[in-house]
Amino acid sequence: MTAADTQPPAAAPPQFVAEGPWRTRGEMALLYVASILGALGLSALLVAMTGHSWQRVFGALLDGAFLAPGRWGNTLTVAMPMLLVALGTVVAVRAGLFNIGQEGQLLMGAMLMAVAGTKMEGPGVLLLVVGLVLGAFAGGAFAGISAVMRYRRGVPEVISTLLMVFVALQLTGFAVITAWFLRDNDPNRPQRAQTSAALDADTHLPEIHILGNSFSLGVILAVILALLVAFVLARTVWGFRLRVLGHNPIVAQKIGIAAKHTGSRALFISGAFAGLAGAMMLASGSSSYRFTPGFSTNIGWQGLLVALLARSRPIACIPMALLFAALRTGSGFLASTGVDRKIVDVTQALLVLALLIPPAVSFVRERRRAVAAATGDRV
Amino acid sequence: MSDFFSALLDIFGSETMYGSAVRLGGFLAFAALGELVAEKAGTINISVEGSLLAGAFAGTVGYHLTESSVIGLAAGVFGGVLVALIQANMSHRLTADQFVVGLTANVLVIGLAGFFNAIIDPLARRAMVVEIPGLVDIPLIGPALFGQTWPTYLLYPLIPLTWWLLYRTRWGLEVRAVGENPQASDVSGIDVNKRRRQAIVYGGMLAGLGGAYLVLGQVGTFDTAAVGGRGFIAIAAVYFGGWTLGGTLLGALVFGFADALRLTVPVLGYQFNAQMLAALPYVLTIVVMLAITKQNRQPKALAQPFIRGLR
Repeated sequence: MTAADTQPPAAAPPQFVAEGPWRTRGEMALLYVASILGALGLSALLVAMTGHSWQRVFGALLDGAFLAPGRWGNTLTVAMPMLLVALGTVVAVRAGLFNIGQEGQLLMGAMLMAVAGTKMEGPGVLLLVVGLVLGAFAGGAFAGISAVMRYRRGVPEVISTLLMVFVALQLTGFAVITAWFLRDNDPNRPQRAQTSAALDADTHLPEIHILGNSFSLGVILAVILALLVAFVLARTVWGFRLRVLGHNPIVAQKIGIAAKHTGSRALFISGAFAGLAGAMMLASGSSSYRFTPGFSTNIGWQGLLVALLARSRPIACIPMALLFAALRTGSGFLASTGVDRKIVDVTQALLVLALLIPPAVSFVRERRRAVAAATGDRV
Repeated sequence: MSDFFSALLDIFGSETMYGSAVRLGGFLAFAALGELVAEKAGTINISVEGSLLAGAFAGTVGYHLTESSVIGLAAGVFGGVLVALIQANMSHRLTADQFVVGLTANVLVIGLAGFFNAIIDPLARRAMVVEIPGLVDIPLIGPALFGQTWPTYLLYPLIPLTWWLLYRTRWGLEVRAVGENPQASDVSGIDVNKRRRQAIVYGGMLAGLGGAYLVLGQVGTFDTAAVGGRGFIAIAAVYFGGWTLGGTLLGALVFGFADALRLTVPVLGYQFNAQMLAALPYVLTIVVMLAITKQNRQPKALAQPFIRGLR
């Protein structure tokens, strides 16, 4: 213990360094495969336990996500907001902040898009752009409240962002039942309809039609944003500051990176991505272009899980978002197999838990090896 | 304005209000007591939400299978502990981030509870109301505190028990030491992460019991939205109480009152914005945290993982 404290890891004996990489790399790959198989195996076991065939479930998922006509376009459109939410999460995590209020920030973004699309006057394209910008700003501002709370009063952002989700749920619930706010006042619709009016056709995001599938233009925007985030984090001064702050706040302070400014900005951007995700969902036809109380349908939570699964690497978020979206759209086809679609939630959570294990195990082992090497050297 | 005050008087003078507040606050108190112990050990478990839901579901299934509330409550404890074990082992044996683990555990429990609920479709029933003679006749608060279903009374002995554990046993001393200064505790021969795991499991036991109490002591049916984020309010109650036992209980009660307004105001015939009332506990929590967090009474190593040889 004492030796490990005083001895920097670099002072470990050479044989540790020499044999390390290959052995650990192989072990890591094995661990990853085992963990993923474990998670999928457990899910399959659950299905089998309830007397269904997991092969059929897998087939149905695949059909629903990709193979059936028109489905993969659908999956892409669902993946878009997840990817955006995940990108925002990555920005915050890299700065050492854990924003878990995306569900609420997404709702705020969608709400503002609905305001722009149904309450403002102007040419359609302009309204669309204004709506997206306002949506992103609303999400960012909502997360910004938590940033202020953290840097002014020391309230942990994990808890404040979480609590704000419930405030957002009630606020948006209030918006859609209030006549002067967002409720659809069309006399032809039943009085009880708790939704906003539908967006006009010219404020929709354009759709792209390829090979009998159609998906929102937002998908392409989201992928471009993923590349942009990856670039900014890896190659710009600002991204560097963010990473230093996340790795070691003390070092950041010593070299003149203000945690308050950099961190607040990271939280704002993180929320803005979630808000943009909400606005884009609405503009690409979620719940038929109408804003409803349950509009977010857990996309915020799932986007958060996508970021965790991608281990906070922006590019890795793309396939992970696709995977989660596939599980989600695929679950629409599960009814024919008689398995409840909740099984998909279980699989998603198990996958995230499983992928937490390998890096943690390897970390513990490396520490142990380093400590053993350091103390062994001394004795 | 005087209308407003007479309405307030009316609301706070009604037995319905106190009854709801004790029920809702009591539910929070189970979870908050456990979370207090876990936070004293220097951990924040947002999986308390999952423990509550797992307890609620396991309790329902336990009752469904045996028709016994006692076994239902025991099953609830078991469910809560299972979730706590995930949290404890993943973040304090392995070194996965505790918030990530907690959050994922919550998602997992929601999925599992929903999945099995659709298959088993368990039936539960509210336990018997037991009135404690004499005490129940106290005006206003008597029926609220002593005229509830019997599982409610499990909370009362848990309060001194938790106090005794935390402040009068060696284990409690070590738990608190681990939360204040893990390095020093480690040097004095305390297994830091083991104490943390144990504290989390204690928290899981209480949260599981609280979840089962929600179904078997209050609502009578299970619903995956039953807990609905109130585990997070339990965490806030610990903050509210400045990491003291009495303060935590007070916090649970205050949030219970805020939650009870949502139920009581319409019952008494008053019109008030339903969304604002529903958001009130969360807004109140945020305001309270703004007001108190700077006071620095929190365990010094709160939310800091302990890895021997680092830092």
